[in-house]
Amino acid sequence: MSKHTLSVLVENKPGVLARIAGLFSRRGFNIDSLAVGPTEHPEISRMTIVVNVEESPLEQVTKQLNKLVEVIKIVELDQASAIDRELVLVKVRADAATRGAVLDAVQLFRAKVVDVAPDAITIQVTGNADKLADFLRVLEPFGIRELVQSGMVAIGRGSRSISERSLRPVPVPAPAAGTAGR
Amino acid sequence: MSETGIRGVPTTGKATPEGMTGAQSLVRSLESAGATDIFGIPGGAILPAYDPLMDSTRIRHILVRHEQGAGHAAQGYAAATGRVGVCMATSGPGATNLVTPLADAHMDSVPLVAVTGQVGASMIGTDAFQEADIRGITMPITKHNFLVTDPRDIPRTVAEAFHIASTGRPGPVLVDVAKSALQAETTFAWPTELQLPGYRPVTRPHSKQIREAVRLILEARRPVLYVGGGVIRARASQALLKLAEATGMPVVTTLMARGAFPDSHVQHLGMPGMHGTVAAVAGLQKSDLIISLGARFDDRVTGNLDSFAPGAKVIHADIDPAEIGKNRHADVPIVGDCHEVIADLLALLTTEADAGHTGDYEAWVDFLAGVKKRYPLGYDTPASGLAPQYVIERLGAIAGPDAIYTSGVGQHQMWAAHFIGYEKPNTWLNSGGLGTMGYAVPAAMGAKVGMPDSTVWAIDGDGCFQMTNQELATCAINDIPIKVAIINNESLGMVRQWQTLFYNERYSNTDLHSKRIPDFVKLADAYGCVGLSCESPDQVDATIEKAMSIDDQPVVVDFRVHRDAMVWPMVAAGTSNDEIKYARDLAPEFDEDGL
Repeated sequence: MSKHTLSVLVENKPGVLARIAGLFSRRGFNIDSLAVGPTEHPEISRMTIVVNVEESPLEQVTKQLNKLVEVIKIVELDQASAIDRELVLVKVRADAATRGAVLDAVQLFRAKVVDVAPDAITIQVTGNADKLADFLRVLEPFGIRELVQSGMVAIGRGSRSISERSLRPVPVPAPAAGTAGR
Repeated sequence: MSETGIRGVPTTGKATPEGMTGAQSLVRSLESAGATDIFGIPGGAILPAYDPLMDSTRIRHILVRHEQGAGHAAQGYAAATGRVGVCMATSGPGATNLVTPLADAHMDSVPLVAVTGQVGASMIGTDAFQEADIRGITMPITKHNFLVTDPRDIPRTVAEAFHIASTGRPGPVLVDVAKSALQAETTFAWPTELQLPGYRPVTRPHSKQIREAVRLILEARRPVLYVGGGVIRARASQALLKLAEATGMPVVTTLMARGAFPDSHVQHLGMPGMHGTVAAVAGLQKSDLIISLGARFDDRVTGNLDSFAPGAKVIHADIDPAEIGKNRHADVPIVGDCHEVIADLLALLTTEADAGHTGDYEAWVDFLAGVKKRYPLGYDTPASGLAPQYVIERLGAIAGPDAIYTSGVGQHQMWAAHFIGYEKPNTWLNSGGLGTMGYAVPAAMGAKVGMPDSTVWAIDGDGCFQMTNQELATCAINDIPIKVAIINNESLGMVRQWQTLFYNERYSNTDLHSKRIPDFVKLADAYGCVGLSCESPDQVDATIEKAMSIDDQPVVVDFRVHRDAMVWPMVAAGTSNDEIKYARDLAPEFDEDGL
């Protein structure tokens, strides 16, 4: 199995997330991570879905997703030509004795302290999955009290936009009488 | 030529919005979309829509007895006519009763629009009386579905629903409309364009793929045309006949494609699959090239997938890209409408033939002709009693290839698929993918409404019949004179057959006692239908002819057949098609020396 990152442009309508989540569970595909949010076009949302599958089920995933009427476009982003980021908020035990060491780690990983309490600090860190895993490994000995992690978001490198052509207004002709199945 | 707009509805120049209620807008939208017949039942949430529906002169609403009947009737209507079938129900239980027909239409690619009422917008999510999240429930079993809470969205949503249902790979679309939207004042304007940025079905096949397919067809020595229901949905039967005759390639038609190619045609090997003919199963199994047209390599066709047609390359043409390569690798994938694919293949093959390039399939055709001759369809005539296959064979002979036949699911379905003799598309309607017992009677009702001049026979089992026979009341009251042949073996026959073969003849819960209870003749009579009964072979023709002579009332015939008849040939579930038996413990022998 290998990880694949799919950028999925969908119509910004209620129920789309349920439709996509339902499709994955019904067809027996596992989602590693899913992030969804608005794009530069208010009527389009973008999902970044990470799936852990072989090549041939991946093709089925993509084809089945494409059949959903509200799915506008799917692009697989490969690691070499895309930037991917996740965000972690982590609450670490830190008292007067250990705070210095924790802050060193924060600096090394270019993370950010977003909240401080007498016996803990809360850190925000962004990066790709490897960097976040490394950072958490460093924090582990101090004692992680709570952790929340976003899904991955990803974007292709260079000047091309995957969404710029997908909004072309293509008027679909309404059906002519009695042409079912054509 | 008069100016007509979308779906042939006359336009009056520029569309100016008209003020009306959401309910009136819904009825106007259904009219504008071309609906002329709707099967349904009113109830609280959909009630506002039924008021303007009463005044519609374009739409005939047929009040059914159960929403499942409405759904299957709309399916039968669509499958017989090729037009979109429409059904209507209220919220909650009305809508959930449509779930089976929607799932059925989804599996068999039937163009269907279901309109359901929903509780008022402010009540949604409160567990209100008769509230069910039918949009959520039907997400995996519809091609698409909508929830409308703003009355202004009604016309566009209905237009989109009909467009999605009838184009690309056809399928069911559900439109759930909140009662508050039906009651609100709004304006009506039929849309001139639809906003479906994510919906663009590909119908034109890629010419490079067509060239590659033609190359394989000319190189092949043992090709076979594997024809599925997509050919019927694409209205491509005539084109298929030309392609088959131009090349001489043998043809198999799946359960969903019976009638797509004439059964009487010398190139036709019959139906493949678990209960397929020996020739059709061998035709796929031993081929070196399968040309799949609108078929989906269903497990009931392939048997054990790993050992299916091991020597065959595959050209897979389908309008749904997700079907291609789903079960079997496609050497040449072709996305497109079957009609266009077949036309393009034929055009290029004709050009090649003119240049002297044709395929050489002579040894293969001879081999299959031998198999077909040696292992024809057949059945044992019991020492006493009535053979179900004989009843169906005679029904096909007397009612003929112009009649429309529907069936339930089980033994009678397989016999009806084999022994009627189909010559034309859209004359065989059944539940192929979902396998819904109870499909036959309501589907026949829908087919008869859509094709009132055709004779429509429902060939049903005694088990299936008892699931949906309440629609006989609908038929009798609304002058829908269908004919029903109950193949009464007083059992859940197909399950019983498996118990005979695989469960040591332990008949757990398959005995229905239907020769005793109910009395089908009295039941028919109670429903305002003519009830007939027949239990000896010498009465079969006279009984069918009697039924054929009655055209002002539905007719129900109780054919009391012997219960031990089995469906042959058979490939046991999960085994290889090589293990086909043409009768119990009898495997065919193939003389493959010449291949």
